[in-house]
Order: sequence, then structure tokens, then C-alpha cells
Amino acid sequence: MRDLFLAVLVRDLTLAARRRIEALLPIVFFVVAISLFPLGVGPEPEKLRQIAPGIVWVCALLAAMLSLTHLYAADHADGSLEQLLLTGESAVVVAFAKAAGHWLVSGLPLVLCAPLIGLLFDMHGDALVALTLSLLLGTPTLSLLGSVGSALTLGLRSAGMLIILLVLPLSIPALVFGTGAVAAIDAGMSAQAHYSILGALLIFTALTAPPATAAALRISVE
Amino acid sequence: MTRRIHWFTFASPSRFYWLSGKLLPWLWASAAVLTAIGLYIGFFVAPTDATQGESYRIIFIHVPAAWLSMIVYVAMAFWAAMGWMLNARMASMMARALAPTGALFTFIALWTGAFWGKPTWGAWWVWDARLTSELILLFLYLGYIALVEAIDDVRRADKAGALVAIVGAINVPIIYFSVRWWNTLHQGATISMTAAPKMASIMLTAMLLMTFAFWAYAFAVVFVRARAIVLEREADTAWVQEMWLQGKEAAR
Repeated sequence: MRDLFLAVLVRDLTLAARRRIEALLPIVFFVVAISLFPLGVGPEPEKLRQIAPGIVWVCALLAAMLSLTHLYAADHADGSLEQLLLTGESAVVVAFAKAAGHWLVSGLPLVLCAPLIGLLFDMHGDALVALTLSLLLGTPTLSLLGSVGSALTLGLRSAGMLIILLVLPLSIPALVFGTGAVAAIDAGMSAQAHYSILGALLIFTALTAPPATAAALRISVE
Repeated sequence: MTRRIHWFTFASPSRFYWLSGKLLPWLWASAAVLTAIGLYIGFFVAPTDATQGESYRIIFIHVPAAWLSMIVYVAMAFWAAMGWMLNARMASMMARALAPTGALFTFIALWTGAFWGKPTWGAWWVWDARLTSELILLFLYLGYIALVEAIDDVRRADKAGALVAIVGAINVPIIYFSVRWWNTLHQGATISMTAAPKMASIMLTAMLLMTFAFWAYAFAVVFVRARAIVLEREADTAWVQEMWLQGKEAAR
């Protein structure tokens, strides 16, 4: 089980390393999309500081969804996904490893980038920490949820739009508590409760999303 | 004891088609009659509300639609799951037939809610927990419909739709509570809809009548849609061909 997990994970990371520009696209999208907001709502630092956590979170959500379209598509196109499922190894472990790979390639860079983005929006120390921590706990949830959508829409014509339509409503709790953590810090309260709930959401999703993804893969490949 | 009815017999599309054909006139008739009585009581008999004036009367459409929107989602997820687990064709067809009606009720609930909100709260829309989660329910319906329509293979579409419906059903309570918390976090409790004043019994009567009318309408329209899906999917079977030939002969 561990071997399978590591094998799939290392394979995905190697593939990402071979196509470096493609792997960097989500983070570029993230930064470009975020930098549009000050141009849209105006440059007042007070207003920007207030809406920064929401903007960062929403853009992280969209970046994750857009990059998820290709999570299974390439493997499906060249037939390796079918082979993986035919090996008789647990599809749940494969789904988990793919989601972990997705997070390492496109989720983690967003988390690491978030403090810099926060500085652009004039956020101060504690709020920056809260934003980064909430993203660290929340983005794996997005990768896991998104992989269900990615598996369901395998090979469909409008897969990208469908993933967004299917997964965004499900990711609302992560968004609410992620931005809530920063809001709590700004209001001078502890964000402990928000972190706990984000952690609980992550555990719940980690337990339920891979089996759902595995089922979705079997439906789609069948 | 009378002889037992074998309910599972209606899991067969041809039996379902026969039964729903018998029930449909009754369902349409009761929907029409109940709507007429319910709306009459609601608009002409029920008294004007002390605080909200005449605008409250939208409740007779708004509340039944909101109830139905949630119940239909549960029913849809249930039938979709049954269709997936038991490989029951009719159950999957029911789930497909329920989705547009549920989305319609959700939309009606939101729309009438806006009409009600403008005179009472002074705004077409507030980001209240209930309103937001009803909006998200509409998104879940749309996601289900969009996914099912995007997949050409019927069996794959049914199963994929079932998975989405189940995942959605599990998430609805989580979404509801997170939105509730988000709302209290941001602006505090501005409007409490849970602490509604006690309702006059005549108003309650009208509302219940309208609820039954909506139920009858929902059954009728879902049956009509399910019958169309049955004919479409079973077009190659003997009983559909036979019915078609008979219909042709009768028309001659």
C-alpha cells in the first residue's frame, strides 16, 4: 500500500518536473488573478487589507479547480489510468496519491506564495500567519474534493467548467473557515476554532474523497 | 386479509408506465383543485397580517416551494443511490426526472423570497444563512443536471449523477452550518426567520393546502417526465413497440 502510494506520487512529481512550465501555470494564474482585484476595486489600502483574505482564498480555489482538469485527463488519454486500475491494486490509494501529488505541485506553492501576496495587500504579521496557516490546512481539502470532480468529468467535452460547477459548492465550508480564521485574528480573537474545523474538514475529506474518487474513476473508465 | 400488493413490480419500467398512467389524471386534478382552494383561502379568506400587511401572502407559494426543494433533493439522491446500488433502471430514471422539478422549486423559493424580502426587509437579497444555503442547493441541482446531460452514455451518466447527488446530500448539512457560522461571524443576527410569530390557523390551512397542491404537481410532472424517459430508453423493447403499433392502429 505504501509502495503503491509512493510509486504513484513519485511518478506524478517526476512528470511535473519534466513539464516545469505547465506545473507553474496554477501559481502564475493565482498571482495574475489576485493582482487584478486592486485594479478592479481601487487602490485604497484600508479596503484592500479588508478583502485580501477573501481574494486570496477565492483565487486559490479557482487555481486549484483549473489545474484539476488535467489531474486524470493525461493518464486517461494515454491509457495508463486504465492499466493502473487493472493492476488489482487499491484504486483508493491511487486516488489518494494523485490528490497528494496535485497538492504538492499546485497547492503547496500557493501556500508558500500567500505571505508575499498578503504583503501586497498591506496585511500585518499575525493576519499573514493566519492566512498562510488556513491555506496550508485548506488547500489539501480542495485537492481532495477536486479530484472527485476530476474523476467524474473524465473525457467529457466541457470538463473544466463542470468541475468548477460540481466542486465549488462543496468547497464553501473550507472557504468560510479559511477566511474566518483571518477575520478572527483581525478582530483580536483566537483563530484556534477555525484551525480545528479546517483540520476536521481535512480529515473528513481525506477519509471520504479518495473512495468517492475511486468509485468515480471506475464509473468513468468502465 | 386481501391479497398483498408486490410493490417491487413497479420497479419494472413497463409496470411503472402503466401505474403512472392510471395515477396521472388524479394527480393533475388534485393539484389543480388544491391550488384553487389554497390560493382562494390564501388570497381572499386569510386576514391581512398585522405587521407585514398584504405582502406576507407570498408565503403560500414561498414556503411550500422551499420545503419541496429540499425534499425533492433528498428523494433524488435516494433514487439515484438505489439505481446505482441495486442496478434498478427505474430508480435512475426517477432521479433524472426529479432533478429539473427540484431545481424549479428552488428557483421559485428564491424568487418569491426576493419578492417577499423587498417590502419586509427592504432588500431583494440578504446573505442570510438560509438564503445562501438555498442558493447553494440550486447550484447542486444545476451541477447534477449539467453533469448528467454532459455524459452521453446513459449508464455512466446515471452512476456519475448518483455519486454527485450522494456527495451533495452529505455536504448539505456541513454547508448549511458553515454558512450559518459565517453569517453570524460577519454581521450578527439581523433577521431571525426561525422565531416567526404564531400563525393564524386559517393561514396555516392555506399553506398546508398549497403544500399538498405542490406535492401533487411534483408527482404529476415527475411522472410525466419519467414516462418520457422510459419511452426513450425502452424504445427497443417489445412492450413499447406493441403500444406504438396499437396507438397507430387506433389512430387509423
